[in-house]
Amino acid sequence: MDSFVKISNLSKTFPTDDGNGLEALDDINLTLAENEFVCMIGPSGAGKSTLIRILADVLQPTSGSVTFAGNQDPTRAIVFQSSNLLPWMDVLHNIALPLKIQGESETAANRRAEEWIERVGLSEFKDEWPKTLSGGMKQRVAIARALIQQPQLLLLDEPFGALDALTRDQMAIELLKTWDLQHPTVLMITHSITEAALLADRVVVFSKRPGHITHELKIPFERPRRAALRDEYSFIQIVKELRGMIMD
Amino acid sequence: MQTSRKKGNLIQNLIPPLSIAAGLVLWEILVHLSDYPAFILPAPSQILLRFFRSISDGVLLYHSLITFLEVLGGLFFGTSLALLTGYYLAHHPIAESVLFPYIVASQSIPMAAIAPLLTIWFGSGMMPKILICSLVVFFPIQINVIIGLREIPRNLLDLMHSMRADRLALLRYLEIPSALPVVFGGLRISATLSVIGAVVGELTGADAGLGYLINTARGQYDTAMVFVAVGMLMLIAISLYTGIVLLERRILRWQGTD
Repeated sequence: MDSFVKISNLSKTFPTDDGNGLEALDDINLTLAENEFVCMIGPSGAGKSTLIRILADVLQPTSGSVTFAGNQDPTRAIVFQSSNLLPWMDVLHNIALPLKIQGESETAANRRAEEWIERVGLSEFKDEWPKTLSGGMKQRVAIARALIQQPQLLLLDEPFGALDALTRDQMAIELLKTWDLQHPTVLMITHSITEAALLADRVVVFSKRPGHITHELKIPFERPRRAALRDEYSFIQIVKELRGMIMD
Repeated sequence: MQTSRKKGNLIQNLIPPLSIAAGLVLWEILVHLSDYPAFILPAPSQILLRFFRSISDGVLLYHSLITFLEVLGGLFFGTSLALLTGYYLAHHPIAESVLFPYIVASQSIPMAAIAPLLTIWFGSGMMPKILICSLVVFFPIQINVIIGLREIPRNLLDLMHSMRADRLALLRYLEIPSALPVVFGGLRISATLSVIGAVVGELTGADAGLGYLINTARGQYDTAMVFVAVGMLMLIAISLYTGIVLLERRILRWQGTD
């Protein structure tokens, strides 16, 4: 597999009032292969979100670099822990928004949004305001809004962090299925070890602030993966190994 | 349950008009029992008669229209200027700190004090009144535009940037809709302030308008006419306010509580 994005010696320090600065990330080196699904796991405040924002190009690193294969500027989409739907647009228009920003016509954008609404199972809700949706439904809309852009790089900042355990499990399975449709390169933050083991090709473990990578683990399971995988002995062994890495 | 609540609502809706009617009856009785002459306190019935007479000779409509146009003109110019400058200042904090002392200072001058100046400079036509209205309308809206734009959540801005939204897309899909509720709050305040501004201007020196009508009627001890004109002013202020609330409800449907 070819390398798709290469993060080299990347550090980020936020200015603070006392002048010392807050060191969020310390010398991160991480390479994502094309179509690879990588999960980041580690304590809160380890700078994982900062890394996601730098990759999304909404934040600049203090030092170090992010380079993409062939020096291209890939299309990227981001999903946050809060769904961040625009409350003044119904479900359909929220999903169609990125296409309209890219200059697609109203009708074309809406037609493709309808396809995605169907794919995430929200056809009945396409005219609803976001405030009437449940947490899980909102996150489905947010994921559809990200994937409709057919991103080469999909950034997921704890997308299921605010959901209850049952919905969360279900959403992980749905994400697995939707990812199989497009295979974008994914960098995802999660606090669930099981989720990381189920979804990722590789898991990287972060330390406390300033965040740096302490461990990496390849997840060997074949794709496409299914929910039942979670009950297999080899899966439980991987989860155990990951837990050990985090406890270090 | 449902029907009893509906009945409760009906009674509650009936109370305000009934209260007004009772007040008017009380007023009428008070006037007839006391010996006040009509130029001190006219009875509601006399005011009503005066109202019909001023309608039939066209005087009331003419002066109301003048005041209404001044109020609307002031709202239009004041709001437009406030939206443009508010957008600029929200995006340029340094310009805001430079200009804000002047903006606040201009607002701390009582409008009754600058009205004579504007009349000296621009005469007794509609123009100085529209200027006064614009001045009083400007501030509440500008402040709210700045607040509305500054309060946009960080995450939504990041989201728009990650979608590569340009200035125009940002304005259209994020900034305008998220600032609108706050701006409408300012507009409600401004609508009533604008009516006050127009009347203050007209009382200072005018040849038409409800303020002018009040001044001349007072000179002729036609107190019933003063009441009619005051009533018209209230009507203008209330209809503007209601119009804005209805517009707000229509545009901000996504906010509605259900």
